[in-house]
Amino acid sequence: MYDFNYHKPSSIDEAVALFIDLEDAVYLAGGHTLLPSLKLRLAAPTDVIDLAGIPGLGDIDYAGDDLTIGALTAHDDVATSPVVQSVIPALSALAAGIGDAQVRNRGTIGGSVANSDPAADYPAAVLGLDATLVTNQRSIAVDEFFTGMFETVLEEGELLTAIRFPKPEAAAYVKYPNPASRYATVGVFIARTTKGVRVAITGAAPSVFRATEMEAALNVDFSENALAGISLDADMMNEDLHASAEYRAHLCTVMARRAVAQLS
Amino acid sequence: MVEQSIGKSVLRKEDMRFITGKGQYTDDINLRGQTYGYFVRSPYAHADIGDIDVSAAAGMPGVIAVLTGKQVAEDEIGGLPCGWMIHSKDGSEMKQPHHPVMAGSKVNYVGEPVALVIADSFVEAKNAAEMVDVDYMERDAVVYAETAQSAPIIHEGISANTCYEWELGEKDATEAALASAAHVTNYEFTNNRLIPNAMEPRAAIADFNTATEDLTLYTTSQNPHLVRLIMTAFIQLAPEHKLRVIAPDVGGGFGSKIFVYSEETALAWASMKLGIPIKWTAERSESFLADAHGRDHVTTAHLAMDEEGHFLGLKVKTTANMGAYLSTFASSVPTYLYGTLLAGQYKTPNIYVEVDAVFTNTAPVDAYRGAGRPEATFLLERIVELAARETGRDPVELRRINMIQPSEFPYQTPVALEYDTGDYEASLNRALKMADYDTFGERKAASEAKGKLRGIGFSCYIEACGLAPSQVAGQLGAGVGLWESGEVRVNPTGSVTVLTGTHSHGQGHETTFAQLVASRFGISVDDVEVVHGDTGKLDFGLGTYGSRSLAVGGSALSKAADKVVEKGRLIAAHLLDTDADKIDFDDGEYRVRDSNQAKTFQEIAFAAYVPHDYPLEELEPGLAEKAFYDPGNFTYPAGTHICEVEIDPETGVVEIDRFIAVDDFGTVINPMIVEGQVHGGIAQGIGQALLEGCVYDETGQLQTGSYMDYCMPRADDLPSFAVGLTSTPCTHNPVGAKGCGEAGAIGSPPAVINAITDAIGVRDIPMPATPEKIWRAIASTTRSAA
Ligand SMILES: Cc1cc2nc3c(=O)[nH]c(=O)nc-3n(C[C@H](O)[C@H](O)[C@H](O)COP(=O)(O)OP(=O)(O)OC[C@H]3O[C@@H](n4cnc5c(N)ncnc54)[C@H](O)[C@@H]3O)c2cc1C
Repeated sequence: MYDFNYHKPSSIDEAVALFIDLEDAVYLAGGHTLLPSLKLRLAAPTDVIDLAGIPGLGDIDYAGDDLTIGALTAHDDVATSPVVQSVIPALSALAAGIGDAQVRNRGTIGGSVANSDPAADYPAAVLGLDATLVTNQRSIAVDEFFTGMFETVLEEGELLTAIRFPKPEAAAYVKYPNPASRYATVGVFIARTTKGVRVAITGAAPSVFRATEMEAALNVDFSENALAGISLDADMMNEDLHASAEYRAHLCTVMARRAVAQLS
Repeated sequence: MVEQSIGKSVLRKEDMRFITGKGQYTDDINLRGQTYGYFVRSPYAHADIGDIDVSAAAGMPGVIAVLTGKQVAEDEIGGLPCGWMIHSKDGSEMKQPHHPVMAGSKVNYVGEPVALVIADSFVEAKNAAEMVDVDYMERDAVVYAETAQSAPIIHEGISANTCYEWELGEKDATEAALASAAHVTNYEFTNNRLIPNAMEPRAAIADFNTATEDLTLYTTSQNPHLVRLIMTAFIQLAPEHKLRVIAPDVGGGFGSKIFVYSEETALAWASMKLGIPIKWTAERSESFLADAHGRDHVTTAHLAMDEEGHFLGLKVKTTANMGAYLSTFASSVPTYLYGTLLAGQYKTPNIYVEVDAVFTNTAPVDAYRGAGRPEATFLLERIVELAARETGRDPVELRRINMIQPSEFPYQTPVALEYDTGDYEASLNRALKMADYDTFGERKAASEAKGKLRGIGFSCYIEACGLAPSQVAGQLGAGVGLWESGEVRVNPTGSVTVLTGTHSHGQGHETTFAQLVASRFGISVDDVEVVHGDTGKLDFGLGTYGSRSLAVGGSALSKAADKVVEKGRLIAAHLLDTDADKIDFDDGEYRVRDSNQAKTFQEIAFAAYVPHDYPLEELEPGLAEKAFYDPGNFTYPAGTHICEVEIDPETGVVEIDRFIAVDDFGTVINPMIVEGQVHGGIAQGIGQALLEGCVYDETGQLQTGSYMDYCMPRADDLPSFAVGLTSTPCTHNPVGAKGCGEAGAIGSPPAVINAITDAIGVRDIPMPATPEKIWRAIASTTRSAA
């Protein structure tokens, strides 16, 4: 880790102002992605702005059929929140399956989503549940949010403050973990909503994506069988030491079927 | 004291300190004026070094010195020796390339140290290390064992990158057996390369005292005396009496901390040069790159059987990847720790094994938990399984009819070893019972009903531990003796200090050895302190590896304790005014036979140190005895492992439903500790079978350089193990112990692979048997069935 300056603002405005002023600043949430990359010297910001001192960023609210989770909410809080468990149990189950207890107590939903790691779990839920990303300057529909590997539409210094999830009729997440890192090799989130079925897949491709072919099939017939004939294009899949593109494409269908099975 | 006697599961004395974070590891030690070292390592697998410009680094804040491989060469320090001479078939000596302490003119693997930066703090040293400018001219890399012999030469003068071409056994007889056999099973496979991953990374502090010219080296070693011997006799860094090596608490080794590496050697050299204490602690990334790796064999084997299934001959050809240089004991692993084990538990009359050891541009490969014996066991237990399947025999029965019977010991194998004792069917039968083998068919049907595949796999292993009879080892090329020393010092109050040349880095010696000695004297384990890991306190010793500590080190202690008992008897005879041969020693008391006159052990100890009423003309005061024990043979732990798996055919994911290990370790001092050793070994063996695989790409870059990619077994990957013991005590050491530290890692991998291939109906699946490989194998069987 190289030396950097540390800041702990107490409001969103102060945080954003600092970011704009400072030479090469970065926000710090749970630090579970940022700190490893600092330690490995893959990142070398001049300034680190710790969001932990800003009140209200870790709140969970349920009002008018919308579940709003503050960006700084730790995975463990989502996993154990009675509100999340009753409104979107699939979301708390997903959070409970991230990393280990230490990771879940530090890592945050905002950090995970802002980071857009292709193997992270939360992006599948955010996209699958048709969430809205609330920042210090705007609200962003999720279909526009994720733009690529570690890329989102967030602008320089734009601070994610909360994520708003409309309550689905039902939802399920099934993950095939990478055996070493336990991130998602393939994770499929399926939600039945008033506007139809949404299928979001993480881990498989450079960025989380919607499997529209699966959605169409499930909108006609919400059953495992409806997915049987669907195989995703291996050419769009990631490939690494742990899983070839072909295997990932296969797993997408298997995990999707298992998610449907949970909902049937 | 019954609850602490031999055979009782006394809780580990060392655990409170470890689990409350109070262990004293090398990195916990901080010396006054301590500085920090950071190594500049090669980013290339194979390259010539041009200029090394250290000027920018030397000018960085806090930097004290930047030393390079070129200075090592100028000071004529090293190279690092390999302590075991292997001779090729043609009688020639193995080729041992110069192994520099830091590379000066050419680098041969990614991670090889090139320079050492010393600074006031770790961060300053690391910052400056980035500024060392090394001019590399890259060459093509040689990476894999299969192709090493036809690849560009790594070390000048070592043709075909071949270290040796070794053989053992009767070639002609074995080939004749193959030619006349009713059935020959062939098997070609790779034993996957592993990275050891001790929880505590390697670390060292070198502290040269400019006044006394004493050098103290704190280091994460399994054998501090060996470090001292190698650094003094071979590397010629300091005179032996001026070098003190201390291995304090060490957090796991698995073999990787046996060896003398570049880093602690460079640190010692630098400390002497600069007259300051220097600390280095490996970062995890450095451990992946530069700890000696394990396994990495490519093998072809042929097993011949007669009509009834009796084994007639086994012919084996292995190519073993040594990495870039020969690590301390690397040469012995694929030879005398491997070829000699190929008889296994069976009466195969003819065995012939050839091993080519080759150099590649990868980290050095050396002993890793089991060292050669897991490779031998995997070969044998896989090919026996295949032979059973090919000839339609029950795999258990085929093993049974070939097993050496209890009445046949001592048993001379065709590959040099003489097994002293054993009862292999006893362990097999016990394991079958614990596995509920009779009802396996029902469980398989139940799995099938759920759409799952179930398989069962066996492994009947043997290993050779208790390294080693020194003269035998010497004849086979060992550069050191392999006896062990022990000292039992009874203090005036009757408590006991035990000194051993073995070293505990997780094995629980502080408890086991205390139990061994305490039960001898009828005292509490709490009254026995075990001291190890410091050449300044102990007689010479050979350390801990090869499951040798209790069998060899414990035997030395047992002999020393005998001497104490005998001296005590003389003192008691004097105090009780009788003859020594009329005195019995039992449960802490010297008692005159057929009388109620007695002296306690504590009274005798006191009398020995306060000799007011004492036979001083005949007997020296004091009560402390030493023994050096050289074993008469290796010990031969053996047992049966059974693994039952359930596989999800849609994903290839394996769930180990049950894992049974029944082992014969001879006399067991502390069953709980033994069970823990077995658990850890099985976890590592399952790791090898399912999860772990070190991958280099074709340019020699390590692809599995962190836990994001190198998959270690975790608790939730494993079932609760069922562990049982049988016992045929070792016939030639006074404890009767055989050794238990490696058996789990030796026996388990073939059991797992046999179970998987049984479940999915394929001949083979390469380790690590990842879900994707299994999924593909299942797809291939359904394709071929269609
Ligand atoms: C051992 C380990 C295992 C893990 N396993 C999993 C797993 O199984 N599944 C999984 O999904 N994840 C996993 N993670 C990741 C972890 O759960 C976090 O989600 C992740 O580290 C990001 O969240 P964070 O709060 O730690 O963000 P940080 O590391 O603090 O930040 C990450 C990035 O996001 C930016 N950022 C953070 N918050 C905001 C914000 N509010 N607005 C704008 N930008 C922001 C930061 O500037 C930084 O660039 C694992 C991590 C570790 C260390």
